[in-house]
Amino acid sequence: MSPGRVLRFGFLLVGFLAVTAPASARETVPERVVSIGGAVTELVYELGAEGRLVAVDSTSQYPPEALERLPDVGYLRALSAEPILALEPDLVLALEEAGPPEALAHLRDAGVRLEVVPSDPTPAGVAEKARVIGAALGLEEEADRLAESLEVELSALETALEGVEPRPRVLFLLSVGRGAPMAGGRETAADGIISLAGGQNAVRAFEGFKPLSPEAALSAAPEVLLVTRSTLEALGGREALLARPEIAGTPAGETGRLVVMDALLLLGFGPRTPQAVRELATELQPDLALPDSPGDQ
Amino acid sequence: MALLSLSLPRSSLRNPPERRHLLMAGLVVGLLAVVLLSLGLGAVRIPAGEVLAVLAETMGFSTAKSVPDQMRLVLLHIRLPRTLLAALAGAGLAVSGAALQGLFRNPLADPGLIGVSSGAALAAATTIVFGGVLFSGLPPELLPYLLPLGAFGGGLIAVLLAYRLASGHGQTDVATLLLAGVALNAIAGAGIGLLIFASDDQQLRDLNFWMLGSIAGANWSALLPALAFLALPLLALPFLGRALNALLLGETEAAHLGFRVERAKKIILLLAALATGAAVALCGVIGFVGLVVPHLVRLAAGPDHRFLLPASALLGAALLLLADLLARTLVLPAELPIGIVTSCVGGPFFLWMLLRQRARGGGALC
Repeated sequence: MSPGRVLRFGFLLVGFLAVTAPASARETVPERVVSIGGAVTELVYELGAEGRLVAVDSTSQYPPEALERLPDVGYLRALSAEPILALEPDLVLALEEAGPPEALAHLRDAGVRLEVVPSDPTPAGVAEKARVIGAALGLEEEADRLAESLEVELSALETALEGVEPRPRVLFLLSVGRGAPMAGGRETAADGIISLAGGQNAVRAFEGFKPLSPEAALSAAPEVLLVTRSTLEALGGREALLARPEIAGTPAGETGRLVVMDALLLLGFGPRTPQAVRELATELQPDLALPDSPGDQ
Repeated sequence: MALLSLSLPRSSLRNPPERRHLLMAGLVVGLLAVVLLSLGLGAVRIPAGEVLAVLAETMGFSTAKSVPDQMRLVLLHIRLPRTLLAALAGAGLAVSGAALQGLFRNPLADPGLIGVSSGAALAAATTIVFGGVLFSGLPPELLPYLLPLGAFGGGLIAVLLAYRLASGHGQTDVATLLLAGVALNAIAGAGIGLLIFASDDQQLRDLNFWMLGSIAGANWSALLPALAFLALPLLALPFLGRALNALLLGETEAAHLGFRVERAKKIILLLAALATGAAVALCGVIGFVGLVVPHLVRLAAGPDHRFLLPASALLGAALLLLADLLARTLVLPAELPIGIVTSCVGGPFFLWMLLRQRARGGGALC
């Protein structure tokens, strides 16, 4: 070998070691994790891996210490790559909705391992989230156990609520900024949780969230109103909401059946979804005895 | 030309050429400084030596320094395109603002006023909401270009419409042009409202984010078309200073001075639409720069367009860069929308300049 070759070989070797050393470390256990998405962060905590988190996003509001203890990299859909890179993560766990795509592409280009966590508002979706996150964190067994217990609990609730009649018509309202509140139609997390909890979505004429027209509200004739805590605040509280003209004339407005729940609990489809189903089902089907939660025993 | 310089307002006489040269040199140095700051500062710490090494390397010089790959990536693929985009967009918005204010002899004119920005915004919103349906047959490599192209087309259509509505008998009525712009703005606003209504949750958030303006999405594939669209107006507009000076006296007077007024107006409108459409397309709606930067230059150096146009381009570039630098470093590890920064920081600063000028007895808008 000529000296030049030796030198080149040496460089290659050093380069090879430099490239493979972090890679093999990565494959074992990621130690610096950024979690993007409320349900993702909840599941990381549930799997006992919160010690490895170095940052979360602004939708990670539960458990409360997640946002208190960890830096916040901004809103789920408005991320920026450089600040995340500066945290030197070896894994970014991002809910499917995370973006913009450019920021995610920059992270991938920088060699950061990015796991996209699917987000399907069904019991199977919750279990899948747990399994994907578990696999990424090297906690397959724990994740399997968690996913199974979530599935068991959710299917027990499903069985208990199956065929229960009558299923009250539920109108989910979301208030963003000023203007009329938006109603949750088909293909929303609200639609998913309502049907899981033994109700039926009162507005199934459209997909997604649409501003609620007074006449549509009246003709939907909801028996129960479902809102998140922040929406209730934005709409001026219980009395103001029930007094709105498009609400007052509906069965829900007349009987005052208003259910208020935490947004992340209700819509997150994370580890607390059985709890969310239980809470909502108790309101929708007050006469039904639900199976005990394993945690209560 | 002697006649022209004599008939310029008095304020320009208070600003002898030496002062202009000094100001221009200051602007160039300032812009360079801000460019270096923008490249050097950010969430990832990159020492100045490494910044220079990577830049030299990219330009083809070999350096002894070995820079970690991550720093190289952040610098070359995140900060550099972002810095260039902010500088180009800022320069484009400011120089169009200066040219339009001169053309309309209206200190409130900015690219937003004749409908360019809202035309671009409407087209971009249409692309966000219906792009998936309309262009489903296109190869995926083309998709990143749809939004900028759409916005640019929208801005151009708006300016052509306004111009068409206002011209007849071989000349253009500036008052009608402004009013046509107001009407186009209203129509585009209604269209955007309709699209917001029709959009789903994800698209709504995309729209919202985009309306606030952002440079965060900068990457090379977005920057190259921007360069093409922005280069022409950035290079050409600063040379239209004489024509705009003449127009400042009035269209008849300008014609008497030997300028082809209609042709000059058409060229200026088209170039301004080009620059604004491209800037809106790439960065979303960033207000303030196009309106305020020319005023800042006028406050410092008078209304002579031969100086005003290039100086506005330099100052616009520097200010938008500075705003972006603040947007991406103030709330680390998160990021502010740049539109919020330009208005929060720029607004009070502009008021202060105005009040200071008032106190000195100078007119605010000359």
